[in-house]
Amino acid sequence: MSRAPWPWREFVIRSEAAAPERLTVALRTQEDVVVLRHRVREQAVGLSFSLLDQTKIVTAASELGRNAVTYGGGGEAIIEASHNGSRIGLVLTVIDHGPGIANVEDAMRAGFSTGSGLGLGLSGTRRLVDEFELRSEVGQGTVVRIVRWK
Amino acid sequence: MDRIPIIKIGKYLLVTVQTDVQDNAALALQEDLGNRIIATRARLVLFDISSLQVVDSFIGRLIGEIAGISRLLDAEVIVVGMQPAVAITLVELGLTLSGVRTALNVESALAMAGIRDQV
Repeated sequence: MSRAPWPWREFVIRSEAAAPERLTVALRTQEDVVVLRHRVREQAVGLSFSLLDQTKIVTAASELGRNAVTYGGGGEAIIEASHNGSRIGLVLTVIDHGPGIANVEDAMRAGFSTGSGLGLGLSGTRRLVDEFELRSEVGQGTVVRIVRWK
Repeated sequence: MDRIPIIKIGKYLLVTVQTDVQDNAALALQEDLGNRIIATRARLVLFDISSLQVVDSFIGRLIGEIAGISRLLDAEVIVVGMQPAVAITLVELGLTLSGVRTALNVESALAMAGIRDQV
């Protein structure tokens, strides 16, 4: 089955009518983070990701989902398949409307944390994926978009 | 919230983490395990994570903390059965769990413990 290339989208996606290849997971509680892990796993399996690639993208999703719930006051995650030429990828966008990150550079540094964690969340997540983009506005929220290519 | 079960087998405690675990349950385990170590005077805890498919930085940190807490309570934790994909992902995340003993399965963990008991 051939598919048209996934059109380039705005970085921040407002959840309009969900496309068939787009799955939205609300992130309000810890249970939602578990649901997010399951959904990302299902999608990765559906795209025939290797077990290692599944584990990496699910772990990355878990980090971002937890950040959104713990620090961002909740938000949502959008899971999409991406078809770029012959490449197939899984795209995850995690959006929160929390306080935002004042210093993104600091937040991306391994060991930086304002919470009780080790501060490996964002820097570690970046190492687990092929593409990583983060935008944050203080008082507006944070959007992180990651891609893992198969 | 489902609590993570802690089973006493002889002189040992066995903690088996199910496929997916919520943060609260993992946090509760720290306290539960400490209490059980005191109550049973167990010197060894087998921490079976063979059915865990994802260990993120939160759970990884918790495993290290549980090992540290147990050590202070005179018990040793052996993390058993980590999946290869989980190990690779953890190291890439930047968590090497140095200082935490590991075994490939419960049998070899018990063998490690047997050797320890003879010393």
